[in-house]
Amino acid sequence: MSASDDIWILGINMTKFGKHPDKDIVDLGAEAMMAALADGGVTMGDMGILAAGNLMGGGGVGQQLQKQVGQTGIPVYNVSNACATGATALRTAIMAVKAGECDMGIAVGVEKLAGAGLLGGGGTPKKDEKVWEPSGRFGAVANPDGVIGTNTMPGVFAQIGMEYGHKYGGTSFELFAKISEKNHSHSTLNPLAAYSKEMSLEQIMGDMMIAYPNTRPMCSANCDGAAAAVVVNGAKLRTLSKEQQRRAVKVRASVLTTDPWEEACQVLPDVNTLTKNASAQAYESAGVGPDDLDLVELHDCFATAELVHYDNLRLCEEGGAVDFFESGATWRNGATPVNVSGGLQSKGHPISATGIANIWEVCHHVRGEAGDRQIEGAQVGLAHVIGLGSACGVHILEKSGL
Amino acid sequence: MADTKIPLVDYLSLDGEPHLIAQECTSCGAKYFDRRNACAGCFATEFSPVEVGREGVLTSFTIVAFAAPGVKVPFVAGVVDCGGISVRGNVINTEPDPDHVKLGMPVRLATYSMGADDHGTEAIAFGFEPA
Ligand SMILES: [Zn+2]
Repeated sequence: MSASDDIWILGINMTKFGKHPDKDIVDLGAEAMMAALADGGVTMGDMGILAAGNLMGGGGVGQQLQKQVGQTGIPVYNVSNACATGATALRTAIMAVKAGECDMGIAVGVEKLAGAGLLGGGGTPKKDEKVWEPSGRFGAVANPDGVIGTNTMPGVFAQIGMEYGHKYGGTSFELFAKISEKNHSHSTLNPLAAYSKEMSLEQIMGDMMIAYPNTRPMCSANCDGAAAAVVVNGAKLRTLSKEQQRRAVKVRASVLTTDPWEEACQVLPDVNTLTKNASAQAYESAGVGPDDLDLVELHDCFATAELVHYDNLRLCEEGGAVDFFESGATWRNGATPVNVSGGLQSKGHPISATGIANIWEVCHHVRGEAGDRQIEGAQVGLAHVIGLGSACGVHILEKSGL
Repeated sequence: MADTKIPLVDYLSLDGEPHLIAQECTSCGAKYFDRRNACAGCFATEFSPVEVGREGVLTSFTIVAFAAPGVKVPFVAGVVDCGGISVRGNVINTEPDPDHVKLGMPVRLATYSMGADDHGTEAIAFGFEPA
């Protein structure tokens, strides 16, 4: 074992996203792990660390997964970091390998969410006697959700998009719906997406309003799914077969940030500053710039969120996200294809799997294995996730030159 | 007892003209609506209450049509810039639709009753209405 600065994805997999009523989280996570190991041509016996991400399953999923796929006594890290959980698990495995604790590790993210409905909203507890009694950090006498703003995710992210519109102008209900139209169109080429139907602008705008300007198809789809990735250091990789070396994908940058204090960040979550910081760090450590990216998978948990991240990831000039989108740049035949997988709005968003599944998508393209939806000649791609609260993961991945 | 009033949250003051109170870091001026052990911006540990202006500009909003059980919809949730202090609140006393609620519109603090409890205490909530 030796510490090595170059880190590679050796094997990676995502399950089909959607409804899996016949499988529990252990079945789904194990399916992704077994497939990622097979993809890399290795077994659990080669792994020196397991990082397992899951939010809704009650804890300890890593050990349950070991019992399912192979118990070797290696350290397990169960991680939880909101919607950035998958990226955090991957980064945990990368850090262990980079630190020289082991040559190879595996990260997995798994979630079962089908039918979970609206996330983030609270309920009002029923009492026999009605007494206004202050409680909680704000001394609230009643649940403030819906009275002092909204806690629902579609509503929070709607405000994030609208705030961008207030600052720079040019946004409208139709503009945000067009972003969703793009992602739904992209999803038709992705057999692993939860929803892969083309939707017209009219259908999207005419669908059920959830939180203006986000209608139902403009919101990420709650679903079940898992994704897993095997990471290896460069020294070890060079001892493996030519085929393994050729298919390995180089991790040019792996960054995780939280939001530094900014005025208003505790009033409306600030998903901008930490994404700007993460992308700046990632571009610097990778030695690549936004112009070098052949594709981007970014966290479009809502159509309103995708717009602000064009700017945060420096895909466009500051304040220029609307014009950038209107230019057609982010369609799969544009200059910077964004969310060619269909994004969270159609591929689906099984929370903890998302931050590895987006890396799988980029790997698929730079390996030249993306079939019908292959971005021709893709060499470098970026994957981004945001977990509200907040945490941001950015990974930059590059085709193997070995 | 019947005329006792209680604010929905403790940062709403009903003394005189209703207004919001923020806790201001005495070192860097960062504002918080609940307690902090140290300032998230500069790590200083002293705070003093400051009155938040009653008028502001709507810098973001959403019209929530689908919410948790028990939450009345539709309603307008938004962020108001009250003289440099961002405040979270609903836009009230206007139709909850994009023809009546606009980004950048001037608004002012307004209060309303949430009803009385079994002891006759009335809860007072706040929102922002078009100015
Ligand atoms: Zn301070």
